[in-house]
Amino acid sequence: MAESVTVDNLSKCYELGRLQNETQLRDQLVNLVRAPFRKRRPKEILWALRNVSFRVNEGEVVGIVGRNGAGKSTLLKILSKITYPTSGTVRARGRIASMLEVGTGFHEELTGRENVYLNASIIGMKKREVDAKFDQIVTFAGVERFIDTPIKRYSSGMRMRLGFAVAAHLEPDVLIVDEVLAVGDAVFQKKCITAMQDMRGGGRTVLFVSHNMSAVENLCSRGIWIANGQVRLDASTHEVIEAYMGSFTSSEGASNDLARLEDGRRGSGEVRFTRVELLSKGGELQTVTRSGKAVTIRLHYHATEAVERPSFGIKIISEMGTLITDSSTWLHNLDIPRVNPGDGHVDLEIDMLNLLPGRYSLSLWVDSALKHHNYDVIEHAMSLDIEEAAIYNTSRRIDSRYGLVFFPQRWRLEGIDGTAPE
Amino acid sequence: MGERFSEVWRSREILYFLAWRDVKVRYKQAALGVGWAVIQPLFTMITFTLFFGKLAGIPSSGVPYPLFSYSALLLWTYFSVTLSQVGNSLVANSNLITKIYFPRMLLPAAAALGGILDLLVGSVLLIGMMFYYHVTPGWSLLLTPLFVGQTVLLVMGTGMLLASLNVRYRDVKYTIPFIVQIGLFVTPIIYPVTFIPKKYTTLLALNPLTGIVEGFRACLFGGTIDWSIVGLSWVVTLFFLALGGLHFSRTERVFADIV
Repeated sequence: MAESVTVDNLSKCYELGRLQNETQLRDQLVNLVRAPFRKRRPKEILWALRNVSFRVNEGEVVGIVGRNGAGKSTLLKILSKITYPTSGTVRARGRIASMLEVGTGFHEELTGRENVYLNASIIGMKKREVDAKFDQIVTFAGVERFIDTPIKRYSSGMRMRLGFAVAAHLEPDVLIVDEVLAVGDAVFQKKCITAMQDMRGGGRTVLFVSHNMSAVENLCSRGIWIANGQVRLDASTHEVIEAYMGSFTSSEGASNDLARLEDGRRGSGEVRFTRVELLSKGGELQTVTRSGKAVTIRLHYHATEAVERPSFGIKIISEMGTLITDSSTWLHNLDIPRVNPGDGHVDLEIDMLNLLPGRYSLSLWVDSALKHHNYDVIEHAMSLDIEEAAIYNTSRRIDSRYGLVFFPQRWRLEGIDGTAPE
Repeated sequence: MGERFSEVWRSREILYFLAWRDVKVRYKQAALGVGWAVIQPLFTMITFTLFFGKLAGIPSSGVPYPLFSYSALLLWTYFSVTLSQVGNSLVANSNLITKIYFPRMLLPAAAALGGILDLLVGSVLLIGMMFYYHVTPGWSLLLTPLFVGQTVLLVMGTGMLLASLNVRYRDVKYTIPFIVQIGLFVTPIIYPVTFIPKKYTTLLALNPLTGIVEGFRACLFGGTIDWSIVGLSWVVTLFFLALGGLHFSRTERVFADIV
């Protein structure tokens, strides 16, 4: 298959500090006079990108993921020719269009119609093309009634829709898209995704940056993970997302050190929690997980004396304070005859964490199953961050608007009489 | 270089739409609309006629003073207003520069082009005044586009230099009004070149607008064109065009990083 985009050893560095301080001629003159009498201040250099190389074939849809500041935006800006690399080359075949922003060049005082023409020409459409597609664009955006109104009277949603509508009708060979799906309502997001899927069907090469992992998962056939200005992983979308999500591991959060915690803690203290960890199925530490994943919550404890018949439990509480579930060894009828002095741990394995995206709180407790006695109780021992995932295998964005939990499920439509009327 | 020009040529529709935007926006929500294109030079002309023509008795080469000053003000107004727009074109459009690629040259060019409408509207009054004062131009009238075109080139040259400097040094913002203020006096707008002692004529002619204004008037009112002044003015204009174009293309790669 023909190569569409070729990126070779791309690097870009910025000199920090200089740009802000010396944009006045005066400062430059002052520096010129001072320079001979002063030691050269070493320039602070930031490598936004370093030796980035990859190839994209015609018709491939590639998702670029990475944390903020990893270099994704710089990469897109270089691919779009907005800024130039310090070294390395980019070659691309055919018409490249970039959508780093929706509605670039929109002017408040101009009407919707005027802005369509202005924006379309800036992003690279010919006037003839716009003339031919004008009605489609307006219908796609759903702003028919307001097309001759200045866009300063538009809502931000309308403006966005109009901007995306123009871009969706541009027919580039290579499309570069940055996080445009993050805004807009669900219906419009669906439209955008469909439009982009059509592009994929049309053999168009798409480079797509997003923090919306379910969109990336559904649209892209391949993923590139950028970290610290370098390509960390270039593989199938699935692999890249798994690895990227798995990287949200850090000492803070992933394993909460509870040994010295005193706030919100009660109990007699014969057994105390020392640490709580969130582990992936493979046993790696995580700070966040995604809807529907298998996870293990590991509770480390330290016992100062032997304790008989204890029971361990975990509560998951929503951000609003609703108890979602309270699970314990006692409910499972697990008898723990004895815990000897020293360190140990218990694991709660969850096959499918069917929580919708959001932040949840974990409370831990260990008490005596025999007498009503608490050894250790910690409210909000750890927060549990759940990220979006394509839980229903669709590109719909399923976030906290849809509730707290979901169930393995399917809809059946056989009962509908949907035949067309005679 | 050739590639760059062909790219600009292919993107000419953007140039058109940017200029069109500037024109549309300029007079939106202004009750007098494009009338301002006439009002500005008209009232300046009236003031000049009163103070310099009547009170100070400055000569006007045998042409009625209002016509004499208005003809020059027409080009001067275009130059001064457009120069500041061209000079600020990159900074004012930083949202475009940082978000999308197109030949950067189109931004100053669109600003220079957008001002031409005002110039055309203003010339309608000039034609009316010529009828009023019974001034009949000769065949040399056909040469006027040469000087109007030269003004556009001069605005582009100096404007591109200022615009690209402006990206890095915001001092330019303060420089432009200053250039305009001085320019009004070192250009023969209020007075004819002959009003200046002979030995300073060459010095005055180094200002390219001197040749432009004098040549423009000579074409309109049937005077003789002083080709040495006009020639020098073209040399200086082309020098600025080359300098501006060169500095612009040398620095345009970093516009998006520092604007």
